[in-house]
Amino acid sequence: MLRVLIIGATSAIAEATARCYAARGARIFLVARDVTRLKDIADDLRIRGAVAVDHATLDVNDLSAHAGVIEKAWQQLGSIDVALIAHGTLPDQLACESSVETALAEFATNGTSTIALLAALAPGMEAQGRGVLAVISSVAGDRGRQSNYLYGAAKAAVSTFASGLRQRLAKAGVSVVTIKPGFVDTPMTRNFRKSALWAKPDAVARGIVRAADRGSSVVYLPWFWSPIMLVIKHIPEFIFKRIKL
Amino acid sequence: MSRAGQSWGRYPVAKQSIISISDRHQELPATAVTILPYGNGRSYGDSCLNDSGTLLHTSHLDRFIRLDVATGVLDCEAGALFSEILDLIVPQGWFLPVTPGTKFVTVGGAIANDVHGKNHHRAGTLGRHVLELELLRSDGSRRACSSIKYPEWFAATIGGLGLTGLITRASIQLRRIASPWMSTEVHRFDDLAGFFRLSESSDRDYEYTVAWIDCAAKGRALGRGLFTRANHAPAHPERRPSAPARHLRVPFAPPISLINPLTLRAFNAMYYHRQRQRTVHATTHYEPHFYPLDGIRDWNRIYGPRGFMQYQCVVPPTGAEDCIARLARIIGSAGGGSFLAVLKQFGSLPSPGMLSFPRPGATLALDFPNNGNRTLRLLDELDDVVAASGGAVYPAKDARMSGHRFRQYFPAWESFSQYIDPRFSSSFWRRVME
Repeated sequence: MLRVLIIGATSAIAEATARCYAARGARIFLVARDVTRLKDIADDLRIRGAVAVDHATLDVNDLSAHAGVIEKAWQQLGSIDVALIAHGTLPDQLACESSVETALAEFATNGTSTIALLAALAPGMEAQGRGVLAVISSVAGDRGRQSNYLYGAAKAAVSTFASGLRQRLAKAGVSVVTIKPGFVDTPMTRNFRKSALWAKPDAVARGIVRAADRGSSVVYLPWFWSPIMLVIKHIPEFIFKRIKL
Repeated sequence: MSRAGQSWGRYPVAKQSIISISDRHQELPATAVTILPYGNGRSYGDSCLNDSGTLLHTSHLDRFIRLDVATGVLDCEAGALFSEILDLIVPQGWFLPVTPGTKFVTVGGAIANDVHGKNHHRAGTLGRHVLELELLRSDGSRRACSSIKYPEWFAATIGGLGLTGLITRASIQLRRIASPWMSTEVHRFDDLAGFFRLSESSDRDYEYTVAWIDCAAKGRALGRGLFTRANHAPAHPERRPSAPARHLRVPFAPPISLINPLTLRAFNAMYYHRQRQRTVHATTHYEPHFYPLDGIRDWNRIYGPRGFMQYQCVVPPTGAEDCIARLARIIGSAGGGSFLAVLKQFGSLPSPGMLSFPRPGATLALDFPNNGNRTLRLLDELDDVVAASGGAVYPAKDARMSGHRFRQYFPAWESFSQYIDPRFSSSFWRRVME
């Protein structure tokens, strides 16, 4: 039986991923801020086939609470086959530009807290000597673009941290999987006009599960973001400065 | 990817903003314009559109709340799709009490249109199997409605076209099955009288009955077609327990409709003659039986960029045969014909909604490529026949009926109006209230 920990469990991508694991009869531990929504999701996952679903509330920006929640998850699950860190917000770039406090608060939510959670999970995974530590970063972290570079900077920090952690934990037999979704049609992106580049959360969730099964290193979801970001990363600065992205 | 804001007929085109609802405990969002719940956009016309307003998209409001496998009672959020429900319940020996011809509808949408299926003569509409629903209004009030609690709100919301508030969750009584299989029989009939004979002799012993008729046939062959009757089959342990895999998809809308008089006549003749024997018996999986068109994703694109119009009417039992013949002749002489013409006799079980469409009689469903005024004139002509007979036209499939006709078909509209949420509206409702 698969034992799965999901942090940021009320996000659309995380919920869709949890459903995939529920269908496989996993034992799941959910972590998020809102207890009512956690209960709704837990009920749903049980009906969809999860053997057991437990949950704990956590505000990821309360760094001192991380250890306790992770300890609890470990106790409930016994061991962890897959840990997925999926929380995040989509900051308003203009608001971040006009207020340093907003910018740093968003950086804390999307960058610092994620790094702290990865760091807190690493020793247990290392000691266990197996398992998958997956984290949702973003294509936005591949290059800072004027439209959302605060978010991009936080995700870049996550991707880089995950890269180093991957190298370290590989020696212990633990896979660190960096997930880089492109545009996903979720409540977080409700204000965007949707085009053909937008993916559904369940398609992204299936990609996450596949990546975790294989112990992949870095995956773009859907796959076509890999060539797109390759191009964007290689646009020379003298051109990049003149365009808007 | 997001197709929100379009109806299945891809006509008319509406512009509206979209707000995704994912938490059923929250109040309705504040907006400056009117709002309308939007499920999976399978209504054909404009009843799921709110031009210049806002749609409350419920695709993320799709959690299961409780499933009692002993009694077959399912509680779920309103955005849950029938397809997801079937995947959950069929392996546990339960089936939907009533299902329309596509499984890609949401529970909320199905209730708001009080949908019917091939078992109407036995089970009535879906609304009869809804044990309870929660209605969230823009004033923040929540009502758990049933036939006993707030019965008037229950009756207004079933078939209420999403106008009475947001359905957040519902409780549905499922139907027991022994297997995912169906025992089916397909009978060829030569004319409309043949249909009515088969229908009358089948209603007692067969839970599901429906006919396809060749709308391009004329003269003596008018109304010829294939009659399907079926029951849920006992367990077939030797059969593999899954539906055949499907990969077909219409990848884009061709520049012009692929449905024209030529292809239509050819298709209809071929389809009618696909079966040489008078009667064919088979055991099939429930998916191709109930949802033949779901096998081709985005099939609505074959009608090209202008989309198409569905027309579904019901005419009273007395004189039904004459009336259907008259409709078929009008369609035949218009040359267009209909690609899919579906004919069924409704039973006499009363529909629980104030604005429910099903009522005793024969119901005919047709679809027409949108050829502008030509199509509109043809449908107006059909309306004249239906209205004179005392029948009705199905709002879920409509994009064009006049307000006069609507009020004639649905005399309860006036008492229904008082239950409309003051912040809710739809393109359909504004059109028929003009």
